[in-house]
Amino acid sequence: MGQRGKQGSSGSADLGFRIGTGVFALFLIGIVCAIGFLLTRDAWLSIQKFGLGFWGSQVWNPVSGEFGALPFIWGTLYSSVLALLIATPISIGIAVFIAEMSPAVLRQPLVFLTELLAAIPSIVYGLWGIFVLVPAVRSIETSLPDVARRLPLFSGPPLGLGMLAAALVLAIMVIPFTSSIAREVLKSVPAAQREGAYALGATRLEAIRAALFYARTGIIGGVMLGFGRALGETMAVTMVIGNNPRISASLFAPQHTMAAVIANEFTEAADQLYLSALVEIGLVLFTITLIVNSLSRLLIWSMTRSSRVSVAGSVETAEPLAAETAAG
Amino acid sequence: MKKTMIALAVATLSASVTMVAQTTQINGAGATFPYPIYSKWFSEYNKLHPNVQINYQSIGSGGGIQQVSKETVFFGASDAIMNEEQLKAAPGKLLHFPTVLGAVVPVYNIPNLKTELKFSGPLLADIYLGKITKWNDPAISKLNPGVTLPATDITVTHRAEGSGTTFIWVDFLSKVSPEFKTTVGVNASVSWPTGVGGRGNEGVSGLVTQTPGSIGYVELIYALQNKIAYGSVLNAAGEYITASVQAVTAAASSAAANMPADFRVSITNAPGKGAYPISSFTWLLLYEDPKDKAQSKAMVDFVKWALSDGQRYCADLGYAPLPDNVVKLEMAALAKVKVS
Amino acid sequence: MSAGAGWRRLLSSLFVGFCACAVLLALLPLALILFFVVSQGIRALNVDFFTHMPLPVGESGGGMANAIVGTLMLVGLAGLMAVPIGVISGVYMAEYAGTRFASTVRFAADTLNGVPSIVIGVFAYAVAVLPFRQFSTLAGGFALGVMMIPIIARTTEELLLLVPGSLREGALALGATRARAVFSVVLPAALPGIVTGVMLALARIAGETAPLLFTSFNNRFFSTRLTQPIASLTVQVYTYAISPYQDWHRQAWAGALVLVMMVLFCSLAARLATRRIERMHARG
Repeated sequence: MGQRGKQGSSGSADLGFRIGTGVFALFLIGIVCAIGFLLTRDAWLSIQKFGLGFWGSQVWNPVSGEFGALPFIWGTLYSSVLALLIATPISIGIAVFIAEMSPAVLRQPLVFLTELLAAIPSIVYGLWGIFVLVPAVRSIETSLPDVARRLPLFSGPPLGLGMLAAALVLAIMVIPFTSSIAREVLKSVPAAQREGAYALGATRLEAIRAALFYARTGIIGGVMLGFGRALGETMAVTMVIGNNPRISASLFAPQHTMAAVIANEFTEAADQLYLSALVEIGLVLFTITLIVNSLSRLLIWSMTRSSRVSVAGSVETAEPLAAETAAG
Repeated sequence: MKKTMIALAVATLSASVTMVAQTTQINGAGATFPYPIYSKWFSEYNKLHPNVQINYQSIGSGGGIQQVSKETVFFGASDAIMNEEQLKAAPGKLLHFPTVLGAVVPVYNIPNLKTELKFSGPLLADIYLGKITKWNDPAISKLNPGVTLPATDITVTHRAEGSGTTFIWVDFLSKVSPEFKTTVGVNASVSWPTGVGGRGNEGVSGLVTQTPGSIGYVELIYALQNKIAYGSVLNAAGEYITASVQAVTAAASSAAANMPADFRVSITNAPGKGAYPISSFTWLLLYEDPKDKAQSKAMVDFVKWALSDGQRYCADLGYAPLPDNVVKLEMAALAKVKVS
Repeated sequence: MSAGAGWRRLLSSLFVGFCACAVLLALLPLALILFFVVSQGIRALNVDFFTHMPLPVGESGGGMANAIVGTLMLVGLAGLMAVPIGVISGVYMAEYAGTRFASTVRFAADTLNGVPSIVIGVFAYAVAVLPFRQFSTLAGGFALGVMMIPIIARTTEELLLLVPGSLREGALALGATRARAVFSVVLPAALPGIVTGVMLALARIAGETAPLLFTSFNNRFFSTRLTQPIASLTVQVYTYAISPYQDWHRQAWAGALVLVMMVLFCSLAARLATRRIERMHARG
């Protein structure tokens, strides 16, 4: 038959297919490289002038041409870590509830509602932040007893705008990402783990703790994914954080983040050095989020890799995918 | 499926192309200081000339200078005069054309306070340097005898981005306070010793309205439209002047008599009775020889309208119209802009 | 011994309570946000909002018609760019899953997914605005498209991998080329899921603001021109939100309501579609 002939022709057609689709895939890689390259190229002036000192200097002075990224790195890390501290227990709590305790009828609606949190655009979070959260935080700040105000953590005038408001908004935005990863990871824990614990007379808490321990790598990965998300958030943060490049331990103090300063000052950086300094901050942000996200995916992947085979064939795996893609 | 998508794309593209032939769209960006009157002007002018759409985005004077220098917009708008370095960095010769005069006022939010506060330049400088931190500070009380001021902290607000309003403000403060001049300096974007940043005149107005105990600086119309309290300022002649159209015109009178050919002049802390000390021109930045001559012609026609008919919208919005001799000089200077 | 057991059981119940609290704590802000967006937005939502352009500063009224059209155009452009590139990249990743190149592509997709939107904005400004000296709808669509590509690529890849191997093997056994097998058999099987993924991605980027700040800029007028700046719901809401004008705040809430409704609609539709796919798979 013409089988062999067909195989021969399909061989080159297959090669054509591989190259054809490969070109598009190459484009994807190309974009990422292009981003890295362009950021580095446009930041080069600033990198050359300030070198490593850029990362340690507190001064951000467009008039004298001195730029240092430390206040923004501080603000970004402080707000993100604080957001994580608030969001992680809540996320794990939700994940455990949905995966282990919830009555079946509540499961889908709860999952839908947490995904809805992820779907709300960040500008809406910002809008709500300015008009609802900030006045609320302001009244919390004013109602704080004076004795607490003397602590550096609570010092400064009660503006409402500042680190606390930013951390709260970020926490709310991060919860759906961490919780959906934690939920999927818990689902992939082999039933044998829990059953074994129950067989030994464990309470619910102890059985779940065993499952959590087993899933710890994946959960840490989920936490890091949330961290990556918080690091890069721009709009909601810039609308509530006060936009002041000053390092302060106080929750009440207006501060600044890397993403926010780029959004505020990029269109009008009036000289090359200023622009270059802003792009360098963008480069720093790009690099940090790259590292954090890669680490998180590595952790999640190592956790679910063995179990993914067992859940393949069910459309339910579209969920971790939806979570991961929404997390991007 | 793919075929219909391609057909759709081609259809939208061709529809867009045909639309180009009918209306001239001119993009500009810059100062928020004159935004209320510019938005009124562009809207009225569009009613008179429906085929000319001037799309202006108020992103701050720094943005106006930067984007017009990069030629991503056709014209810029700024209340900060471009310095030599910035002019050199632009790919062509940029001309300054003053459009209106405005005032920058110190706004504040002190609940239950009915009287208008008096400020002096050095006092404002000290507040913005972070040296005076409470409203009931003796320095403030000295200028406002008989007024009960609360013991609340002063929340200083300023612009988060490069701003001509900032330029006018720090230009004035640097003239009256040597310490301010050395610590902060004069630029559209400065390193603030203290305070919270808001975006645009709009952002600072928003911050002050929402934050009790705050102080800020905004263009007069923003204080008027949002009913924010603003204070009077001590001028060079020793009078406390509340910003008004007449006070701003008085500030411009001495400068108008000696207007430089390129119209780049500062009128803060102007001498003379009745002059409001924090006044300024605001400028449109146009290339002398732009690439798109059709847009250039439309723009020049607009500027001529703005300098003549447009000036009657000024007073309602709290801006002072240009002195007549300045308008005459500008009409002559507009002839330099190439329209063909 | 029983006292210890009682203590452990107490802890367990407390833990259950804690988890339930966590759920409430997370749903509380959701409820608050939706409540405020709906209650404030409904007040401002009228026919004018959908049909009129913004008015000059200080005049009340007007609407966001140009911004709504702008968002639709930007999202459409982004989809036009991202769907072909994303789907075909996904096909490559699924078909040649074991190779090192596919792993690199996957890593690139995941990296791009995690790049902060403001950085994408800076990138798009350097690539699509500066060289052309023009803020434009195309530049905005490009920025949003770049954000969409990795989402669609990974969705396609995952869904293609879910299609039973027997389908592909059957097609190949019947003598089809790889291309034929994928595009005529495997891809159509995964298509419902891919379409769902695309819809979710479109909804997500419709809510992006930062990448548009330096690309599509904003436009006071109604414009559908690809080479001119264009208004968008998100940038308009941002501009209005940080202003001091009450009327603009009102309209900002309305804009936020429209955005949230768009997103809600797409999420619900995606959920229903996933449910239907599950039922299909369960049957077949």
